[in-house]
Amino acid sequence: MFKNFMSWIEYRMPFMEKMNLHVMQYPAPKNFNFWYFFGSLAMLVLVNQILTGIWLTMNFVPSAEGAFASVEYIMRDVEYGWLLRYMHSTGASAFFVVVYLHMLRGMMYGSYQKPRELLWIFGMLIFLVLMAEAFMGYLLPWGQMSFWGAQVIISIFGVIPVIGDDLTLWIRGDYVISGATLNRFFALHVIALPLVLVVLVFLHIIALHEVGSNNPDGIDVKRENNGEKIENNVSDKFTFHQYFTKGGKKIIVDAIPFHPYYTVKDIVGVVGFLFIFCFVIFFAPEGGGYFLEPPNFEPANPMKTPDHIAPVWYFTPFYAILRAVPDQLFGAIFMFLAILFLALLPWLDRCPVRSVRYRSTLHKANLINFCISFVALGVLGVLPATPFYTLLAQIFSFTYFAYFGLLWFYSKNEKTKPLPVRLS
Amino acid sequence: MIKKLFTVLALVASSAAMAAGSTVPLDKAPIDLTDKESLQRGARIFQNYCLGCHQMEYQRYSRTFRDLGIPEDIGMETLGFTANKVGDHIKNAAPKADLANWFGAAPPDLTNVARVRGPDWLYTYMRSFYADPTRPFGVNNEVFPMVGMPHVLQELQGIPYKATETRLVDGVSTEVYVGIKTDGSGELSTEEYDSAVADLVNYLEYVGEPSKLESRSLGIKVLIFLGIFFIFAFLLKKEYWRDVH
Repeated sequence: MFKNFMSWIEYRMPFMEKMNLHVMQYPAPKNFNFWYFFGSLAMLVLVNQILTGIWLTMNFVPSAEGAFASVEYIMRDVEYGWLLRYMHSTGASAFFVVVYLHMLRGMMYGSYQKPRELLWIFGMLIFLVLMAEAFMGYLLPWGQMSFWGAQVIISIFGVIPVIGDDLTLWIRGDYVISGATLNRFFALHVIALPLVLVVLVFLHIIALHEVGSNNPDGIDVKRENNGEKIENNVSDKFTFHQYFTKGGKKIIVDAIPFHPYYTVKDIVGVVGFLFIFCFVIFFAPEGGGYFLEPPNFEPANPMKTPDHIAPVWYFTPFYAILRAVPDQLFGAIFMFLAILFLALLPWLDRCPVRSVRYRSTLHKANLINFCISFVALGVLGVLPATPFYTLLAQIFSFTYFAYFGLLWFYSKNEKTKPLPVRLS
Repeated sequence: MIKKLFTVLALVASSAAMAAGSTVPLDKAPIDLTDKESLQRGARIFQNYCLGCHQMEYQRYSRTFRDLGIPEDIGMETLGFTANKVGDHIKNAAPKADLANWFGAAPPDLTNVARVRGPDWLYTYMRSFYADPTRPFGVNNEVFPMVGMPHVLQELQGIPYKATETRLVDGVSTEVYVGIKTDGSGELSTEEYDSAVADLVNYLEYVGEPSKLESRSLGIKVLIFLGIFFIFAFLLKKEYWRDVH
């Protein structure tokens, strides 16, 4: 009965065929480590944001008069409204945690290198849309920090010569941030950007499955089949989709089917992640004042500027770069470049070896430099811009950009270690 | 090495965050959300002394009564002065524009005040009024200098003043500020007053996040479930991966 039903479907739409191609017979390298959890976790958080978002929308009032009160209504009068709201607000921060770690993974193992450039570009587009999504979502509770944070970020566009002022007017839909801004941000936050996000994630995965997953050793698991017998090849035990073997022209080495091996492994990662995620939701939903900032429990008041305006933590590395440059226009340009250089990594890194495991000490040191710079800028971005902190931000902005410059310079003739023949 | 650096950065961040707040050291508020009697006493203080000017416009009487274990009819009689129905929000009928004129600023809504200021700030603030004849209401505040609010709990605390002692500093007798004392004209002793303020702050903390207790008890169950689930998930993974290793 079920079999008949499935074949009825299959005849009209290749459901099992596509499931085999992308899940059951997709060859995934056998040596994925801890860092490979964050892709599936990002998907989990996306689903969490969409589901909790739908239920929040049922009670949220997108107007300057009603927004703040409706959030308080959700927190107090809606059954488990507080849980939905905290899952959504903590989810926003968790999204950036997993995405930043996911990006770091790509940088460590050279996952952006040929032939995965387009995959990386789709990832960067996801990151951009995610930033816009988070920024617009943060305005919706209409608290003090929502209002003034948005004020600061929108004003960044005002430094663009000639069109700057008109551009900020166009973004706000008003001369100041107002109900008009709130309503359009609501529309973009709940419909436009999530749609774009889901499409980009789809493209990201299609591009991934076309070129295949990279791995911590950075060597290929699909090789030309020259008839040679490969010893102890775990892949011999499994059937992979003929799309990947190209009818025997390719041989798959040291890879295993994504399902069930990585599905059961990812479940372990998911439970581990949920443990931390739920701890925050239930015991520290404000995230120490970094996930939900204290001034945001006061309704937006255009007449009263908070003592210290700091964007939410996930924007602060870029915000610190913006503030570190004395000239506003150049600050905005450098902030833009900080993201653009990440997107250009596939072309800035000219080393044929992907994984940091087999690259030079200089590259390892440079990658550590990048991590320290990024975290330090993130910390400085939440602090007030005193002269000393500004100096520190300038130093770390320099070391942040130095990562890319140095990488381009040394990667051409980098002294690398010999690559292994097989996955470790 | 990296860990050390992160620790240093975290320290810099936290010390700077503290520096950004008030310069007066804050006393730790002795609050306990599970103490329903303390919450009830706090609610009574709020209704009697605060509600005249401040509202809790997002919190309903019914929710407060339910969470504090007060039967609705008794609650409406003893606390529900401004309510027509038990489902009403905790609001007052004070003329908002006049209040702003009288006090220099509109009295803020107090539903979320504990989340904005923190309980320690509130606890210290309510115990930091002192007599200052230069101010319109005759009082100033250590934590919030030049505050427009009068000392509404004066009948409980008495008239507080900045107490000084004559001490020898470097061989010179100097007046040293030792804290805020009261002239004893209030209904409560200093300890009783502190305890009353603690009740009030406890109540404000509760209203700031009424779901907190529920959240904690549900949270423990969820974490235990995830802990057990983790074991099964891990064993399942291990079993499958025997094929690979």
